[in-house]
Amino acid sequence: MADIAFLLLIFFLVTTTIETDSGINRKLPPTDEVVDPPIIKERNIFTVVVNKDNRLLVEEELMEISDLRQAAIAFLDNGGGKDEEACDYCQGKRDPSSSDNPEKAIISLKNDRETSYKVYIAVQNELVAAYNDLRDREYAKIDQFSGLTYREAQKRYNDPRTSADDKAKLKPKLDEVKAKFPQKLSEAEPSKTN
Amino acid sequence: MSKFKKKKGGDLPAISTASLPDIVFMLLFFFMVATVMRDSTLMIQNALPAADQIQKLDKKDRVMYIYAGKPSSRYQDKYGSQARIQLNDKFADVSDVAAFVLAERAAKRQELQNVLTTALKVDGETNMGLVSDIKQELRKVNALKINYTTRVGDYTQNMN
Repeated sequence: MADIAFLLLIFFLVTTTIETDSGINRKLPPTDEVVDPPIIKERNIFTVVVNKDNRLLVEEELMEISDLRQAAIAFLDNGGGKDEEACDYCQGKRDPSSSDNPEKAIISLKNDRETSYKVYIAVQNELVAAYNDLRDREYAKIDQFSGLTYREAQKRYNDPRTSADDKAKLKPKLDEVKAKFPQKLSEAEPSKTN
Repeated sequence: MSKFKKKKGGDLPAISTASLPDIVFMLLFFFMVATVMRDSTLMIQNALPAADQIQKLDKKDRVMYIYAGKPSSRYQDKYGSQARIQLNDKFADVSDVAAFVLAERAAKRQELQNVLTTALKVDGETNMGLVSDIKQELRKVNALKINYTTRVGDYTQNMN
């Protein structure tokens, strides 16, 4: 009986992992005032507004959250710029009234003070997913052999068990993809209801 | 005749202790399986929202936690049902966040002080107003790396 108990004990010892938390990482802007805010063209901004009833207004139009990811991808991947601002890896419609290139494209998120937190997280999640989908696509182009997607590669890079060698190999590829689709998500201070 | 002889003496036979180790092991397993590790006692409801584009929050020594949500039912008489912030084991106001972050930061090792992440464990039903207030406070003390802690799941779970 005691043997069985020890066997069970060892089994549980080996299989249990202490759960680590996970979530969406964000960086807040520093407080110091920008003296001279850069002028950004209207077409390079993708505005997302969430109101107090948790409804979405994207580029001045009502939208369901299930369509948000595709809309964001279409905006980021548009590549409407000419000459110096052209984007050779974009596969979008090249609509001159949408973003010039991913480097210039900014997503602006604004919410109300009464927006519920879980809807806000859902919107954040979909916007991050849009970037990740595009980065997956670009990553597949430069790293055909490993069979990893950008998300998997990033996870492996952050895993403390990955050897320094592998990390050094992954880093330039990840950086290249990140430079192609930099995450430019700006958050406005929330508006007050009433 | 001896067949009908009364048993002598009122002594009880000794209880066998052979099965004691098994009982102890059973207890051990019960507690091993039933325990949940947690750092501070939650006084708020804390149903995290779901997301799937998430990153792991490794290295617990460089994370500080800020909880927010409605007080749980047994604290509601005293603290009301408005969403509140919990720091360590106490309810706190928005104005306490900055002092908390500075204290946490001072308690960490020197080399970790600049790489700290603030994990926001906020209940899904909370209004963004409270979360924005926390974020403003964090900006004031230059704690810019944050993590919206979520559970793993599809975003549609948040929409009902």
